[in-house]
Amino acid sequence: MDASGLPNERSAAPYLFGLALALILTAVPFGLVYFGGLEPTTTLIVIAFFAVAQILVHLRFFLHIDFHSTPTENLVVMAFAIVLMCIMVGGSLWIMFDLDWRMMV
Amino acid sequence: MSMAGAADATLVRPGEAAETEEKAFGFWIYLMSDAIIFALLFMTYLVMFGNTAGGPEAKDVFSLERAAAETFLLLVSSTTFGMASIAAARADRERVVMWLVVTAALGLGFLFLEFDEFRGMIAEGAGPQRSGFLSAFFTLVGTHGLHVSIGLLWIFVMLGQIWMKGLTLPVLSRLYRLGLFWHFLDIIWVAIFSIVYLPGLL
Repeated sequence: MDASGLPNERSAAPYLFGLALALILTAVPFGLVYFGGLEPTTTLIVIAFFAVAQILVHLRFFLHIDFHSTPTENLVVMAFAIVLMCIMVGGSLWIMFDLDWRMMV
Repeated sequence: MSMAGAADATLVRPGEAAETEEKAFGFWIYLMSDAIIFALLFMTYLVMFGNTAGGPEAKDVFSLERAAAETFLLLVSSTTFGMASIAAARADRERVVMWLVVTAALGLGFLFLEFDEFRGMIAEGAGPQRSGFLSAFFTLVGTHGLHVSIGLLWIFVMLGQIWMKGLTLPVLSRLYRLGLFWHFLDIIWVAIFSIVYLPGLL
């Protein structure tokens, strides 16, 4: 992503590299659930790790976000959205599961 | 306009370039606020996950094979949209149309699988009104499906505009923003299979 706001990527290589990485990062968690080799908690941690990795791959190779060509405003908006999501999701889960626990004791 | 074609992509009038920048930035702000909506739907789903009200649980209604097929269709469609963007950057009108049609076909395949899943679940009494868990599931996955439907409609509108106007600057600017939208939806889907389908089937 650069400042032009127009299609400007002329090489297929990033997309194909991203596709290959994304296929691997998808196949491993699906395989873990299908074959069920690990403990559930460990599997959940592995799924979370691969999800974050795949999202980063998509941002880099499909949306072409990097720290050179992407305008700073776009990165700031994204960082702000991530902060908001962490506060709202983390805070809501904290409150809801704390309430649930208090109802149970 | 018979003159409209690949060559128009290079004709930039003064002020137009700044306009495409602003539009892309504005659309990026929209996508980030949409990401916040999805984050809150994910949060609702996590809170509601255990509230099955004696009805079907996640592992009774989800299918790993279907989720894998949906993931594959959406991932490949993201790549084929990338091919359409490359063709647009090279002002190759025929290839843009071809790759957009392939992307639309993959998107339709995804929507077909999702509709089939929803119809099957509702038919066996696991509709959104059955429990809090199913309400949250249908809201989250349905909102994503609605976005994909809108993206598909947008692809068809772009095909019409490319046919009638050619690859003009405004058309290229819309195509760019559609690309951001389509790749963004694939990222949301990564979160859906990692939070909804895989943990639900563990």
